[in-house]
Amino acid sequence: MRHHSNGTTRRDLLIGAGSLAGGIGLAGLVTVQPSQATPATMQEAIRKVVGEAIVNKGKIKLDIPPLTENGNTVACAVSVDSPMSADNYVKAIHVFNEKNPQPNVISVQLGPRAGRAEIATRIRLADTQSVTAIAELSDGTFWSDSVEVIITLGACLEDPV
Amino acid sequence: MARALINVPAKAKRGEVVAIKTLISHIMETGFRHSTTGEAIPRDIITTLVVTYNNAEIFRAELSPAIAANPFLTFHTVATESGTIAFRWTGDNGYDVSEQATITVE
Repeated sequence: MRHHSNGTTRRDLLIGAGSLAGGIGLAGLVTVQPSQATPATMQEAIRKVVGEAIVNKGKIKLDIPPLTENGNTVACAVSVDSPMSADNYVKAIHVFNEKNPQPNVISVQLGPRAGRAEIATRIRLADTQSVTAIAELSDGTFWSDSVEVIITLGACLEDPV
Repeated sequence: MARALINVPAKAKRGEVVAIKTLISHIMETGFRHSTTGEAIPRDIITTLVVTYNNAEIFRAELSPAIAANPFLTFHTVATESGTIAFRWTGDNGYDVSEQATITVE
């Protein structure tokens, strides 16, 4: 039987490795933080945008497929029912999510020159969750729409292969 | 190296609402991922797209890590006059790319 020069046996090494792994596991348990936006942080992010204003349902339509296989690219379209005239137009559209690491998705500023309050983009979703779009109108009112999206393969948090 | 695709109709009637589509190649690294050696990969995203029509701002978008790689955005504008529609993407690590398209309004 071969020994290490310092007299450490294979058994010693294994025991040492085992306790080290246990220590790392315990440290991991203690320090793990939820790296996700939660419904509460989404509400907070929405409050930051709308302030004290009341957010009404309607006028805005958030169009996301209800079931998506790959969360890395999810088609997302938002349209707002607005005449887009000089005195009645959509000022901004904001999109929020519940369970990505951060609650914000996109904010766009529009004006009467947009002609039509419609945008489309592709977003990432980390998990099955609810996505909310909020429109800010020129008269200071806010309108929202939410969609539940089921994601089979999440984005954002997976590591490169 | 930035490669951007812009779709603006070459011609439009005055007052017509035209759709504008933009696509730009960018990895949009979220900053929440780790490399195989466990190091955090720093965030590298496009944060802003500003679109001007004959130097007047018509559209502005603030992007976040939740935008998919190769950001694709469509929006609309009213064709008011012939001229240039300019696009400027800015982002992390001094990212700054400009493109423009011309539109003829009759």
